[in-house]
This record gives sequence, structure tokens and C-alpha cells, in this order.
Amino acid sequence: MSSKNDSTTETSPKGTVVLNEERCKGCTYCVRFCPTGALEMTDRLNPKGYRLPTLAHPEKCNGCDLCGMYCPDFAIYGKRLKKKQQEEE
Amino acid sequence: MTEIKAHPVDGLLRTDRIPHIWCPGCGVGTSVNCFTRAIEKVGMDLDKLHVVSGIGCTGRVAGYINVDSFHTTHGRALAFATGLSLSRPDSKVVVYSGDGDLTAIGGNHLIHAARRNVDMTVICVNNYTYGMTGGQVTPTTPDKALASTAPFGNYEYTFNVPHLAVSSGATYVARWTVFHVRQLTRAMTKALRHKGFSFIEVLSPCPTLYMRRNKLGAAVNLMEYFKENAVVQDGADTATVGLESGETIIGEFVNVRKPTLKECYEERMSEALGDEFVPYEGDK
Amino acid sequence: MGKSKIVDTGIHFIDGNMACAEGAIAAGCRFVSGYPITPSTEVVEHIAKRFPKIGGMFIQMEDELAASICFQGAVWSGVKGMTVTSGPGFSLMMEHVGLAAMLETPCVFINVQRAGPSTGLPTAPAQQDIMQARWGSHGDYEIIALSPSSPQECFDYMVTCFNLSEKYRCPVFFMLDETVGHMHGKVNIPEADQIDVRPRINTQRPPGQYNPYEVYEGSVPEMVKVGMGHRIHLTGLTHDEKGYPAMNADAQQKLVTRLCSKVLDNVDDISIIQSDDVEESDVVVISYGITSRIVEHAAELARAQGAKVGTTRLVTIWPFNDKAVAEVASKTKNIIVAEMNLGQIVNEVRRVTGPTFPIHFVGNAGGRTIDPQIIVEKILEVSR
Ligand code: SF4
Ligand code: SF4
Ligand code: SF4
Repeated sequence: MSSKNDSTTETSPKGTVVLNEERCKGCTYCVRFCPTGALEMTDRLNPKGYRLPTLAHPEKCNGCDLCGMYCPDFAIYGKRLKKKQQEEE
Repeated sequence: MTEIKAHPVDGLLRTDRIPHIWCPGCGVGTSVNCFTRAIEKVGMDLDKLHVVSGIGCTGRVAGYINVDSFHTTHGRALAFATGLSLSRPDSKVVVYSGDGDLTAIGGNHLIHAARRNVDMTVICVNNYTYGMTGGQVTPTTPDKALASTAPFGNYEYTFNVPHLAVSSGATYVARWTVFHVRQLTRAMTKALRHKGFSFIEVLSPCPTLYMRRNKLGAAVNLMEYFKENAVVQDGADTATVGLESGETIIGEFVNVRKPTLKECYEERMSEALGDEFVPYEGDK
Repeated sequence: MGKSKIVDTGIHFIDGNMACAEGAIAAGCRFVSGYPITPSTEVVEHIAKRFPKIGGMFIQMEDELAASICFQGAVWSGVKGMTVTSGPGFSLMMEHVGLAAMLETPCVFINVQRAGPSTGLPTAPAQQDIMQARWGSHGDYEIIALSPSSPQECFDYMVTCFNLSEKYRCPVFFMLDETVGHMHGKVNIPEADQIDVRPRINTQRPPGQYNPYEVYEGSVPEMVKVGMGHRIHLTGLTHDEKGYPAMNADAQQKLVTRLCSKVLDNVDDISIIQSDDVEESDVVVISYGITSRIVEHAAELARAQGAKVGTTRLVTIWPFNDKAVAEVASKTKNIIVAEMNLGQIVNEVRRVTGPTFPIHFVGNAGGRTIDPQIIVEKILEVSR
């Protein structure tokens, strides 16, 4: 995942996620249980052949880290952005 | 998104062993995720937290948590933990193991550790099967469910695990599912703070062996099932929470304080021996 | 502090089982998990009385499976521990003999042998668990086993057992039999400072510079306990120096050969063998435990009838002292092995001496000690 995704956010996002692609096993928990629907599965595979999720809707992410709690593989986590960061994103 | 490799709970994991051996969507990983967060929340001195596991998929947990940890023998983690807990009254000893390990081969040790109210926390991940050995039937496999050693469906009665723990004398007993990450984390926090025998049953998907064989779909399907169907009934009479009813009753069932094994020992000996009694303080 | 003496210095008239309990206390044992079984129960009964007065902890577990691992949990907290059993209990404990061998847990198992198989004769003596002590758990590993022949030796060699377990970090078996366990005799317990006790020695290496299964010196890794900041992980799986599972044949080869060689390469240091009148004898009787006292008596009787007979007593049964037995064979013409079973150590002796050396056997199926007269007759018959 990159930080350069062409987000069309109108309001600055409150949070974001960090994905460690090598650890991900593509279980979809983060996508299914993100309360705001910010994540989506992609067709991209990691070196082990697992499908990766992505922050498809960065504007929706509030950094609650629920994805980070569901992930059985310690591959993803959410974090809240400070005001200044929010503007930069 | 920033490419930082570390996960917030990495400090509690043996990251040199990650990725772990569990299958995609295995609930054991999510339960460990909750466990690490509970450790953080309690703010434990990590030199005073010891994790002991038996054998099986969940039995591998001890190998991933970055505290002094023991991967012992099948079913006997509880007995090992009893010796360790008695010798380290200032530490928290956690037994982390699966349904087969704790309720079948370790069943006798489970009832006696609970009866004695040994000061320890038991996390029992119940995924209805023996995962490590290929999906055999366990005392918690649901009625008619398929297992490699129950090829025509299970026909034995199943254990009501929280009721077993309560009846045996456990002083904190809860059941959650790995869908209920926040509640599970909170229960683990309470169990870690509890003085005495605390027991949490964690209902969890084994997508590779249990679910595939029973055509239950992907791991996430059981998670969705828990989400839709589990009913929180804190304080429920554990006699009514058996899973055979088709209902998944979850919550905190029992939370009482009773003198622990060590406290009972000290009280009895002080009474019987007076000044002659010298309490056991491990290697101090 | 309580008023009770830790080491009960003085002359006592007690049985072997009680002497074991006192020996364990003198050796620094402070945690015992047990399960009652005849004829060993008096050991834990005595421990249960003594421990609350000296800061020890006894717990009666739900079975021998639990008893044989509970104390190992205590050992990893820094305490010395043991368990005690007999007969079927010994069979149940085998799983955790293997665990102790694999984790290199310093620990002691007392087996007051009774006649088997199965429930057998619970109140009668035997020496039938000798091979089980050696091979009872699955896999390859080495253990140490000693066999006392009197209450005094129960005390003295109990301390030796603990010292060896600390030094070699392997299961150490104290192989009594019902007769020695229940035999009363004079036991002289020395002053505490006169008893040679090896303390637990934990690593001095700081976290980050210590691996629980790396051998820094000799062939035994440095011991550790929980709470020292090392974040140890110990597993019954084949493991590397760090203690992490290592699921391959090379790791297995390296680990298991070391588990064996740390004992086998140190037989001279470990082994206690007592020989008398072996030089230029016609026959030497090899025995151990209670049988060696019977053999002593039989040898006296045979000497009175003109026999040139020597005796060799294996205080240490395992590791088997090939060198000492070969030396005995080089000095005599015949060897008789006497043991309360149908032939266990006799096969070890035969292995050492080779098939052409005359080896004779006197034994029984357990249930009673060997009649000295049978040994006398055998000595006379062989040396004729
Ligand atoms: S941090 Fe919360 S909102 Fe953001 S992706 Fe994760 S679960 Fe969704
Ligand atoms: S929950 Fe974790 S392992 Fe599963 S898809 Fe999301 S990031 Fe990957
Ligand atoms: S077999 Fe089942 S329990 Fe074991 S790791 Fe895989 S999913 Fe988890």
C-alpha cells in the first residue's frame, strides 16, 4: 500500500492504517469488521500468495484500530492522526 | 500509508518467530492479539508474567508471547502451572491452550486446578476440534459435526465448558468469541487482575480443519455467525449455557473472590502450627 | 522463623523412606508434588509433616501425571524439587521423565520398587524397574540412577541424587525397593555444614547475552529461572540453543546427542561402584540395592566354605559403568549377577564382557528378596 493513493477526501481523515504486507494472510477480517467500511480486499498478492487488503476509503478511517485487534497475524493496525497530520494527508 | 513494520503489540511478541504457524483466519491469532492488549492494559511487570501451554495449535501460544514461557506436555500445562504459581505468588501464571488439551487429556487437571482455586488464568480456545493432528473429534465437537475420527458425525454429548469450570470451583468464568474482541480483551484484563482461578472460554474458528470439513465456509463466516447469533447474558446460570441448545450464550458468568490454594494453605498451617509454621516463599 | 530444625542432625532409628525425606530436605529440596502409592507413601507423608515447618511446599496432586510435572514448574522458579512413587505410578510418570530430559530440568524421582507388572504385589519388593528407569520414556536420552541398600544410604545418596541433578541437569532416579524403604536402621544425620550440597547456580549472563540451551562451558547449559528478564521459552519440541522449536533432523541430532553425551561422557564423575576381594577371585557377584546386602552375607558364608569370591556393588546403576565392570571381568574367572528380577542388569554385564565370558544369573520375579543360600550355592557351584 502506498501513501500516494489518490484519495478524493473532502474532509481530512481522522485516522489511517499501517499494513505489514509480509505478515498478512488475507483472511479478510479487517475488511469485514472495520466499522466504517474503509478497507477493501484487492487482487494484489503478497510474496506468499495471500490477497492483501487496502485502505480503499481513507476518508472513512477514524483510526479506531479495530482492524488491528481482529487481525490474527499482527499485520495491520489503525492509528489516529493528529490535527497537523490530518491536513498533510 | 506509512511503511512502518512494527505493530503496536510487537513488544509483547517474539517477533523473530512471526509470521506464526497458524492458518489464515485462525482465531487463535486474534485471541492472542486480544491477550497482548489485555497485558498492556493491566500494565503488568513482564518479569512477573509466565505463560504455560500444552500441546496443539493453541498450545503454540507460549512460543509467541515474549515473556518467560513453557510449552509443556499434552494436557498437563495446568499441573506445571500449579507448581510455578505456588512458587511465585507475586507472578501471574497463564495457561493458554485448546479445548482438546484442557478438557479431554487435561480434564482431570482442569477440574482439580479449579477446585483448588490455584491463582492462575486459563485461556481455553475452543475451536471444536484437534487442529494440530488433523481435525479429530473433541469433547466440545457439536452433535453430528464431522471430524476425521467421527467420519459419520459426532454422536457423543458435548462438554459445557464454562459449567465444568464453575462446578469445579473456578472463581472467574467467562465465555466470549474471537468476534467480540473488545469484550474478550476486557475479560482477559479482569482475569489477569483476578486473584484465584480465572477461566475464559474463547469460541474460535478453525477454518482449515473444522470448518472446511463441515462445509461452514471461510473463517469469516463463523465470525459473522458469532456476530449475528451470540447473545450476551452476563451472570447467566452456567447450567444453561451449553452450546448444544443451538444458542451461543456469552458473557461474564461468575466473578467471586475466594481464598486461593496458597491462602488456604497458609491459613490452615498458621492455625494448626502457630509460630512453628514457616510459609513457602519459593527460592527467596 | 519457626523452631523446627531444617537438617535434623543426630542419630535416628528410622526407615529408608523417612531417611529419603530427610536426605531431600538436607539437599535443599523445598517442593514436592506426589500421589500416594504403596510402598513409597511414607516419604511424602513425612515430607507433608516436615515441610510446613521449614518453608517447603508439599502438594498431593490428582494423579502421577500431574505429580511428575507440578514440581518441575517449581524447579523453573528456582527451587529444588522432586516427586516420589512406586509401581504403576512410575509408569504414569514416564511422560514427564522425557519432558525433564528434554528441558534439562534438574529433578529427582524416587521409585520405591514393588513387584509388577501392573498392580502386582504392592507391598512386596522387586528390582524390576531398572530398565524402565533407563528407557521408560520414548526417544533417546540419558538419566542417572542410584540404588541405596540401607536407611543410612537412603539419606546419604539422596543428597548425591540432588547434587547430580543440579550438575548434569537431567532426571535422577533414586531406585529403592520395598525392603529398603521399610527397613529400619540407624541413620546418622550430620551437621548441616558437614553435608556437601550443590546449590542451584543460575546464569550470570545478562539478557541478550544468554541462550538457555547454548553450552558455554563443558556439556551442560547454564541454568536459569523465570523472572530474570531473559524471556526464556522452553519447549518439549526439538529446539535450538535459544530454546525455540527447530523442526529438522540436524537440530534433533545436535540436541539429542548432547542430552546423551553430557551423561555418558562423565561416567567416571557420576559413577559410584564398590568392589571387594575382586583380585584373583574365582567369581565375583555383581548386585545393587538390597540384593547387595544379601550378597555380602552370602559371600561370607561361601568364603567360610573356601570359595574365592569377590563382590561388586553398583551404587550407580545408570549410566552403566562399562569400564568398571570390564575391569572386574579382567580380574576374575566368573561373574554372577544377582537381582530381584528375571534378568535386567545381567544383560548389561554380558554386553560389556562379551559372549564368551562365563556369566551366571540369580534372580526371581520379585515379591521376596533373594534367599542368600541360593547365592551361596551358585558361588560354590561356579567356583568349583
Ligand atoms: S482503524 Fe478503524 S476505521 Fe480505520 S480501517 Fe481500521 S477498523 Fe477501519
Ligand atoms: S485481518 Fe490481517 S491477515 Fe487478515 S486480511 Fe486483514 S491484514 Fe491480512
Ligand atoms: S488447523 Fe485450525 S486451529 Fe490449527 S492453526 Fe489451522 S485454523 Fe488454527
